[in-house]
Amino acid sequence: MASLDRVKVLVLGDSGVGKSSLVHLLCQNQVLGNPSWTVGCSVDVRVHDYKEGTPEEKTYYIELWDVGGSVGSASSVKSTRAVFYNSVNGIILVHDLTNKKSSQNLNRWSSEALNRDSVPTGVLVTNGDYDREQFAENQIPLLVIGTKLDQIHDTKRHEVLIRTAFLAEDFNAEEINLDCTNPRYLAAGSSNAVKLSRFFDKVIEKRYFSRDSNQIPGFPDRKRFGGGTLKNLHYD
Amino acid sequence: MSFLIDSSIMITSQVLFFGFGWLFFMHQLFKDYEVRQYVVQVIFSVTFAFSCTMFELIIFEILGVLNSSSRYFHWKMNLCIILLILVFMVPFYIGYFIVSNIRLLHKQRLLFSCLLWLTFMYFFWKLGDPFPILSPKHGILSIEQLISRVGVIGVTLVALLSGFGAVNCPYTYMSYFLRNVTDIDILALERRLLQTMDMIISKKKRMAMTRRTMFQKGEIHNKPSGFWGMIKSVTTSAPGSENLTLIQQEVDALEELSRQLFLETADLYATKERIEYSKTFKGKYFNFLGYFFSIYCVWKIFMATINIVFDRVGKTDPVTRGIEITVNYLGIQFDVKFWSQHISFILVGIIIVTSIRGLLITLTKFFYAISSSKSSNVIVLLLAQIMGMYFVSSVLLIRMSMPLEYRTIITEVLGELQFNFYHRWFDVIFLVSALSSILFLYLAHKQAPEKHMTP
Repeated sequence: MASLDRVKVLVLGDSGVGKSSLVHLLCQNQVLGNPSWTVGCSVDVRVHDYKEGTPEEKTYYIELWDVGGSVGSASSVKSTRAVFYNSVNGIILVHDLTNKKSSQNLNRWSSEALNRDSVPTGVLVTNGDYDREQFAENQIPLLVIGTKLDQIHDTKRHEVLIRTAFLAEDFNAEEINLDCTNPRYLAAGSSNAVKLSRFFDKVIEKRYFSRDSNQIPGFPDRKRFGGGTLKNLHYD
Repeated sequence: MSFLIDSSIMITSQVLFFGFGWLFFMHQLFKDYEVRQYVVQVIFSVTFAFSCTMFELIIFEILGVLNSSSRYFHWKMNLCIILLILVFMVPFYIGYFIVSNIRLLHKQRLLFSCLLWLTFMYFFWKLGDPFPILSPKHGILSIEQLISRVGVIGVTLVALLSGFGAVNCPYTYMSYFLRNVTDIDILALERRLLQTMDMIISKKKRMAMTRRTMFQKGEIHNKPSGFWGMIKSVTTSAPGSENLTLIQQEVDALEELSRQLFLETADLYATKERIEYSKTFKGKYFNFLGYFFSIYCVWKIFMATINIVFDRVGKTDPVTRGIEITVNYLGIQFDVKFWSQHISFILVGIIIVTSIRGLLITLTKFFYAISSSKSSNVIVLLLAQIMGMYFVSSVLLIRMSMPLEYRTIITEVLGELQFNFYHRWFDVIFLVSALSSILFLYLAHKQAPEKHMTP
């Protein structure tokens, strides 16, 4: 049972956007009854059929790592969080459709995760500012999910959806908008479920079937105790 | 004519303070949130503006700026407005926002917030009974009644914060208390954290697989509906679901462990940063200040004990005493009146600025620690309430630090309050707060190093 292959996907976003509810919905197909504060990181596992319906169908475990906290945390908390960012195969960015700041903070979240990433692309560790170019050559598949769709009034829905479409384009990612308290948004066969399945397939493909020589999965990159520049020299 | 000029000066300064409060709110407190209810921001800035105006009036009193009658008028007006805000507006809005968060009562928000406000007023009134703060000749709705109660709450707050601050300040500044943390300790703890996460993951994998096989075999694990469903679930419980509950319990325990490890690791990182900081110049400077403050803290605790034990309230303020000492014992002659004015201005100014700054920093830290996107409005309003009460009672207490001729305005405006009671109450709470902070910090300090010793 535990001998299936696995991939690791991070779930990032501001406090209170609904990451824990989302992860619970994805993994247990049930709505989370009593959401509470996430301290540190909570993990859940989803069983996914890669290339479902084809002869090459194979089952994988997808680990969803739901990292709690906010972008404005103390640097000690950020350093501690960084231990979860190692050997990541995919990132789900979650934002609250009713709160614009949470969408703006996604840039900082993705910078924080990608700068600690295991794929050494020689990216300079900046002070966390958003750099557009780093997403162009980014190898890790991203997915943008907007929550609390039910709380958006019908009249404002159109402009909110346009805004999120631009956001997803910035990240070069697909986007899904839903309400975590209602399982019908991810019902089998709906377009959201298809997008989700496609995303997971892409993550698995990048991890196991890619011929890219840069991929050294599972190699921990510790830039935190100094010596970061020295380590980067090895991979050119 | 001069009254108009004075009023315009006052109003300009109030607008400036309002703007400062607005900016502080936007850039510091609500950095990560979206302001959807502008009422909250307005209330916060207004409270801040009127509180600062009171301090400004004290400074004007010492320096002798503006006409004395217009100063008095503005004092009275300011005090009335700020009491109105603290007793009527802010509590009502706190109740309103609390009720808005509860989905059930959404329809009758106004009604329930009025009820909450009335409850608050009842307890607020009852607060005055056990304390000997008023002479019975005042009417029910006079300023003195309100101020005395606000004063009690505020003085308690001031004393608690001072007590804790006086102890915590040397503890954080001095590097003597820093535990020795090495990279090896941090790495070891991180390894444990990741191992715990791996254990959680393997258990969750088993659970997910079990659920999948159960689902495929058609054993739905939804809640049994109806009478027969319940009977069935009692007699035939699938072995899979029993397994699941067992594993779930193990997972809960492991998750709790992972949370603890995460917090400890964050703590170690913070300590490591502080160690690095203490090696810089700024760090060394603060370390030296720490020694200085610890002596000051011990002296204050000592003085508070003496005040309580010997039942004495200082009659003269530090400025006059200092001048007396220099004139009498050191034989230095100088113009007492001129110097007392300037020195008390500087002293009072420093006290005001440090207390405002200290309070704003503490409020910000507190806000970051406990707020979430749902409760941010309520918490900001609570902070505005605390800030208002804190500033009003600071005015009350600052009276002690001023020479006699400047005290009169405060005594006149605030009416016949038993100022001595407030100082005694301050000493008691300060002592209690300082001693319990020492105990608390001692316990916390003792407990931590045992866990992180590298064998």
